[in-house]
Amino acid sequence: MARAKKTSRAKPAKAKRAAPKAGAKKAVRRSAAPAKTRATSAKAAVQTFNQPKPSESTIEVLGSKIFIRRGGVGEPLLFLHGAGGIPMWLPVFDQLAKNYHVIVPDHPLFGRSDVPEWLDDISDMAYFYLDLLEKLDLRNVHLVGNSLGGWIALEIAVRSTARIKSLTLVSAAGIHVKGVPKADIFMMNPEETARALFVDDKLIQQMLAMQPTPEQMDTIYKNRIATAKLGWQPRLFNPKLHKWLHRINVPTHIVWGDSDKIIPPTYGDAFKKLISGSKLTVIPNCGHLPQIERTQPFVSAVSSFLAKAA
Amino acid sequence: MKVFFFHLMPYAYLDLGYQREYKSVWINYPNTNFDPVKGHELYNRYLDELELAAELGYDGICVNEHHQNAYGLMPSPVVMASALSRRTKDCKIAILGSAFCLREHPLTVAEEHAMIDVITGGRLISGFVRGIGAEYFSMGVNPALSHERHTEAHDLVVQAWTRPGPFAFEGKHYHFEYVNVWPRPYQKPHPKIWCPSLGSVETIEWSCHPDRKYTYAQNYSPFDSVLRYLNLVRETCEKMYGYTASSEQIAWTAPIYVAETDEQAVAECGVHMERLFNLFLQLPFELLFPPGYLTAESYGRLIKHKKSITGGATIESLMSAGIVVVGSPDTVRRTLIERHKQAGFGSLTCLLQFATLPRDLTEKNLRLFAREVMPALQAIDDRNYAGFKLRQAAE
Repeated sequence: MARAKKTSRAKPAKAKRAAPKAGAKKAVRRSAAPAKTRATSAKAAVQTFNQPKPSESTIEVLGSKIFIRRGGVGEPLLFLHGAGGIPMWLPVFDQLAKNYHVIVPDHPLFGRSDVPEWLDDISDMAYFYLDLLEKLDLRNVHLVGNSLGGWIALEIAVRSTARIKSLTLVSAAGIHVKGVPKADIFMMNPEETARALFVDDKLIQQMLAMQPTPEQMDTIYKNRIATAKLGWQPRLFNPKLHKWLHRINVPTHIVWGDSDKIIPPTYGDAFKKLISGSKLTVIPNCGHLPQIERTQPFVSAVSSFLAKAA
Repeated sequence: MKVFFFHLMPYAYLDLGYQREYKSVWINYPNTNFDPVKGHELYNRYLDELELAAELGYDGICVNEHHQNAYGLMPSPVVMASALSRRTKDCKIAILGSAFCLREHPLTVAEEHAMIDVITGGRLISGFVRGIGAEYFSMGVNPALSHERHTEAHDLVVQAWTRPGPFAFEGKHYHFEYVNVWPRPYQKPHPKIWCPSLGSVETIEWSCHPDRKYTYAQNYSPFDSVLRYLNLVRETCEKMYGYTASSEQIAWTAPIYVAETDEQAVAECGVHMERLFNLFLQLPFELLFPPGYLTAESYGRLIKHKKSITGGATIESLMSAGIVVVGSPDTVRRTLIERHKQAGFGSLTCLLQFATLPRDLTEKNLRLFAREVMPALQAIDDRNYAGFKLRQAAE
């Protein structure tokens, strides 16, 4: 197991990383290495990633087109979104992109990515991402997953942490604590969903005021089908996952909103018990999406943990 | 035309004020609201009504499957069909239908259907349904896999009924090493298959396939919508598959009430008819259409047309939309003959008991319809049908 190398916190222009191996050109290109130490083509690529605006691209993995947004420089931080998908580059990514190369794919089945016929369940999704890490030759990845994305991150990590440096689970699904039900996200109407997701009434009202275009409605339905495919039965957990969480051998940070009505904070405590050496941060006055509802405390908590993990 | 009597077996003792606390009578409406003593009375009353229909000369009697609700008390229509199989002699017994795909073991239902077919000497009609969206909550089955499970369960069941066993069935959702159903069904090659639907292009395309040619039955819809979907059956057969649909492939299901006069009919059934749509069938969008239950295309069409079949109905709106047919024998007879002229359905399934319609009115409805309306319907055939025009088909 290639454990994460302990290095000091990465700075955009001074990030240290292991020397690239042969055949790992993409990793070089996407690293935060100073442009002047690299070949001309790499220079251009790095300059691209130094742009303040995020880039959008599509890559092909296992015959499926995957839509990826990315921005910033530093060690790779792969953000795995939740059931609702990611409609745009969020302020939280800008914050994280100050120190990391933030990579935000639309999962296969979701958003602007393809719907692979072979992708049936969460296990397929985990192996897909292991292939994606290889395809992009990403190493020392900080894996951050919210809700459904946290579940995917866990399923990846129990299979292999060879390319993973740290794991951040934000209101993660994936396990079931007996007697502690999660909200049934499939049963809720849009208003109930907004009220369950956020504490802040302003955010609730913003969400309720949204008038999706027909294209956005299509994407919302696509994401709901994808979520159902992965997590309808049993609801958003893998009954076997808890047995294998001991295999997670990278620094793990569990982040939870204290008022999460979708997956109650009890689940944060449960993950802390199941993942040896993990750290739990509870964010006050916060619902299921800390990265949106409490961006600053979220970024502080995540950054300080990652700095130590690095 | 064949005329069938369809029973839903509702829990007629429903607390009519349930909406104070609950959104619908499906999924999580507590079963403490079911009184088994009243249930005993209802089941036996409803079976009496089905048996009466058989005696009155209806071509068939129909039961169906719904789970964990007060709308229809038949989680297993097979139990009711079994009870009816020895109490009736000539009529068809139609299970409209069984949700094979809600089972992890569709073969158990295939065996039960085969048993009924053998007991009745081939009087079974087997309906293949996916169940409504709410069922996917109640039974813990993934709606995103509903279509694939449905078609695969169908393949498994039909092969189990028709292929010499034992054989291995190697599907994605169903894999059995030894398929060898005893008994085999009485009818050859298997019982007639119906596909009841609330209106689905996918179901029409699937049921019309030349390998199947099943009967598509349109339920609970405004008549202009019924006409569009039934025409789409003919159009699909013609344009997609290159054959002319038989009227036997087309059925319409509608709530019907007959009384001595038009006014009396409305007065007697109005409140019960409204309860069927506003109370028993009331379902929030999320429960009716869980993700994946409809294909993205169908879902898009639904959002576009903002169609709804539940809530806010009045007897007048239901009648004027042609969702229900209510009136004197003369009115109902003329209306149904005219509808047949337009749509050419080979079978009409009549919901003659609905919601809280009591025993006496149900029996009156059954008898009056059988005496004054049904003979004229049974006497008509394709010669009454005006014929199919392609431009009438659904979008």
